[in-house]
Amino acid sequence: MSTRSRLLVCALALGALHLGVACAGFFAPYDPAAQDREHPYAPPMRPHFVDAQGRLHLRPFFYAQALRAGTFDIYEEDRASPIPVKFFVSSAPYRVLGLLRLRVHLFGGGDAPLYLLGSDAYGRDLLSRVLFGGQVSLLAGLIGAGLTLSIGLCIGAAAGFWGGWKDEVLMRVAELFLALPWIYLLFAMRAFLPLAVPPLKAFLLVVVVIGAVGWARPARMVRGIVLSAKERDFVRAARGFGASGSYLLRRHILPETASVVLTQAAILVPQFVLAEMTLSFLGLGVPEPIPSWGNLLASLQHYNVLVSYWWMYLPALAMVPFFLGYLVLASLLQGSTGAAKIEEAASGV
Amino acid sequence: MSERKARSGRIGACFAAILSCLLFVYPASSFPNQANTKEELLRVAGENGRPGGRIVIALRSEPKTLNPLIAVDGTTREVISVMQADLVHINRATQLTEPALAKSWKTSPDGLQYTLTLRQGLKFSDGQPLDMEDVLFTFRVYLDEAVHATQRDLLIVGGKPIAVRKVDAQTVVFSLAKPYGVGERLFDGMVILPRHLLETAYNEGKLAQSGAIGTAPNQWAGLGPFRLKEYVAGQRLVLERNPYYWKTDGQGNRMPYLDEIVFLFVPSADAQVLRFQSGETDMISRLGAENFSVLSRQASDYAMKDAGPGLEYNFLFFNLNELGEKASAETAHKQNWFRSEKFRQAVSLAIDREAIVRLVYQGRGAALWGPVTPGNPRWVDAAIAHPARSLDKSRQLLTEAGFRSMSGENGEPRLVDADGRPVEFSVITSASNADRAKMATLIQDDLKQLGMRVQVVPLELRSLIDRITQTKEYDACVLGVASFDADPNSDLNVWLSSGGMHLWNPSQKHPATDWEAEIDRLMEQQLTATTTAQRKKLYDRVQEILAEHQPMIFLASPDILVGAKKSIGNFHPAVLEPYVLWNVEQLYQRNGAENARR
Repeated sequence: MSTRSRLLVCALALGALHLGVACAGFFAPYDPAAQDREHPYAPPMRPHFVDAQGRLHLRPFFYAQALRAGTFDIYEEDRASPIPVKFFVSSAPYRVLGLLRLRVHLFGGGDAPLYLLGSDAYGRDLLSRVLFGGQVSLLAGLIGAGLTLSIGLCIGAAAGFWGGWKDEVLMRVAELFLALPWIYLLFAMRAFLPLAVPPLKAFLLVVVVIGAVGWARPARMVRGIVLSAKERDFVRAARGFGASGSYLLRRHILPETASVVLTQAAILVPQFVLAEMTLSFLGLGVPEPIPSWGNLLASLQHYNVLVSYWWMYLPALAMVPFFLGYLVLASLLQGSTGAAKIEEAASGV
Repeated sequence: MSERKARSGRIGACFAAILSCLLFVYPASSFPNQANTKEELLRVAGENGRPGGRIVIALRSEPKTLNPLIAVDGTTREVISVMQADLVHINRATQLTEPALAKSWKTSPDGLQYTLTLRQGLKFSDGQPLDMEDVLFTFRVYLDEAVHATQRDLLIVGGKPIAVRKVDAQTVVFSLAKPYGVGERLFDGMVILPRHLLETAYNEGKLAQSGAIGTAPNQWAGLGPFRLKEYVAGQRLVLERNPYYWKTDGQGNRMPYLDEIVFLFVPSADAQVLRFQSGETDMISRLGAENFSVLSRQASDYAMKDAGPGLEYNFLFFNLNELGEKASAETAHKQNWFRSEKFRQAVSLAIDREAIVRLVYQGRGAALWGPVTPGNPRWVDAAIAHPARSLDKSRQLLTEAGFRSMSGENGEPRLVDADGRPVEFSVITSASNADRAKMATLIQDDLKQLGMRVQVVPLELRSLIDRITQTKEYDACVLGVASFDADPNSDLNVWLSSGGMHLWNPSQKHPATDWEAEIDRLMEQQLTATTTAQRKKLYDRVQEILAEHQPMIFLASPDILVGAKKSIGNFHPAVLEPYVLWNVEQLYQRNGAENARR
């Protein structure tokens, strides 16, 4: 498979994963904040195809779970009443991409609760929370990476192209940002904010802060490329023909940075997702009851959850395909850049 | 089996013999001039233990001081309680008073005078004799305004400090300006201080600096069952047996049985559970229900015990402070809702207390409609209604109060007030208390069904307290109070409008509402009422007023959950603090000698 087709496959897979999260409402059977107080810490329900009488069913079904009398987190399967999975059911309303209002869900259990990945302390469906949590975490990663790269590109290009004292000043500021302890910065910022930050504002704040403090590294990379590009013969020639600075940047220099920027993007998105998770894990991210991958894992800080409810670890697995996708994409992009080709050619001689 | 029993019996007898020899000889030889005074020891009934061994317990924080005058927090009080003794003591199991350093007491018919008789021949843990001068010194210190003793407020009755008068070497009379409802319970916690160690510091005005946690063992003494042995900063505090302790068991053996108590400083609750599970500590208390069930499930060489509902009550309250000019327009607007009694009653009716007990405490707790928990049967007002959760009634109350329900986005209800403003507020909770954060999340969901938008804001405890008592910048708060005694007086500064813990509107100069004025009056009356029946009637009325006006919306009370190794004898946890150490002198290791080698 050529690099190009591998890139395509990887991008398609990532695209499909993102689409799945973007349409979380459709794939999730429940509202992520809906509490089912009769089923706290219900373990994941297993789909069955063969019933107690040994008959095969093509439509998967589940057995209802009920708390064992006198206990608060021990469930027993009720073999007497199978719940067939219903597809395209109408239940809790949701919005797709914040616009389209729908009620139809891919699957559901009808009136009986159906927890594919189990439920949390309040009886909220973990699958729904993981899917909706992905919206928050991935969006934070994408916006954060976009913000960082655009700031980094502007500052790096300016520093590399104009050089001199402007370069000095910008790069010293970049070093300052590299040295910034951003977690403490966030703690400090949180303390200055009004007491109750609405969830949307809290989310935007997290994104802007993690995006704004990360620009230094891409800026330095872009600067390096711009520095070398502006000394290339074709750039000198263009300059000799009287091209303006902005024309040179736009037409000749910035396109040289494209491969680095793309590779950086593929590396930065998972990094920012991870940053959002760290913040939410520490309680600085989006507030309850809105899920994010970070605050889904926050309950694992408690020893009893750690030892009693293994399915609470599952949200940690959700990020694996995404991260894998992005990192494969980054290495493929890097492999296809001009710089790598020159290296290959040089080593081949 | 019977052979083993007989052998252990022989060993026990041997120990007892050695011990009584030691006790007889040791004090006599070191203090010959005291040998003639007969010691009036207190004989305690109960299972006889065997001497030796030690127990290890984890504390959530380091005690701040050993000085009872300035101790405020729970861990500090817990440590001090095993090192000190008082004149009359409240038995934590029966919740009744019993003789301690005073062997008997008499109350005058008018209830104004208490005559206490001191035990003879007692000694502090450093061997110095206890006499009446120590008692007089102690109360002089407590009542001295310059000392700022935490005990002082309790000794002011009818606006006047209690007068202390020595009658003879054994007898002392306490005179009160007004009869005092609590009676001799007053003396519980008034630990007798060693005059020989503290008088110089007192005269120099440096008493608050005495008894710092790093004090050398020979510079500190008390009358409790254990005395200071070693302190390692950040790690542990070791106490050793006080050989002069004044209690004996049924066979006349001097208690305590244990040689040592080791307090380890383990800051996190989860780490405490792990240490207990691995056998590093012998007892655990203040357990959360979830950790309790983890431990119960894996219990092998330890036994877990649910001692029943404690005295802790958790509640939701709104900011009812008179903020005047200070308040922003938004806060003022929100306070209009909060001041509406119907609004508060509606919130109370919408809260699913049963779910709180089930999901937060795993059923190991009790739903509450008043401040007195089922763990305090003598003071609870049985007449208080326990209305079931009803969203319909709640909506009806809100409509009566001028609120309207509208349909918001996604078809969810939105509650708006008479001016058309959406009802939105935040609830602050302590970030370190997972239970209360969980309650707040449940309440958030309950109120969402009424159309209220609630945000839960976990805060660090200190900044939370600061917001409630100082800046007063908050909307609502979920908090809990754990009374240290079953008597209503222990919560006096919660109910009096002038009290600093009158959380919804603390430290008022004049009661803001009629019903707060009535509570003030009732609490003052019960202070001086002489019979328990009268006091109960007055306190019942207080509970009824609280239930009617809902300044605090009571939620639930957790059970006292504890555990101990099976090898520990006389383990009888109580619902009053200190839950597992209240009978520390009676605790013993069934396999004392092995344990000592650990």
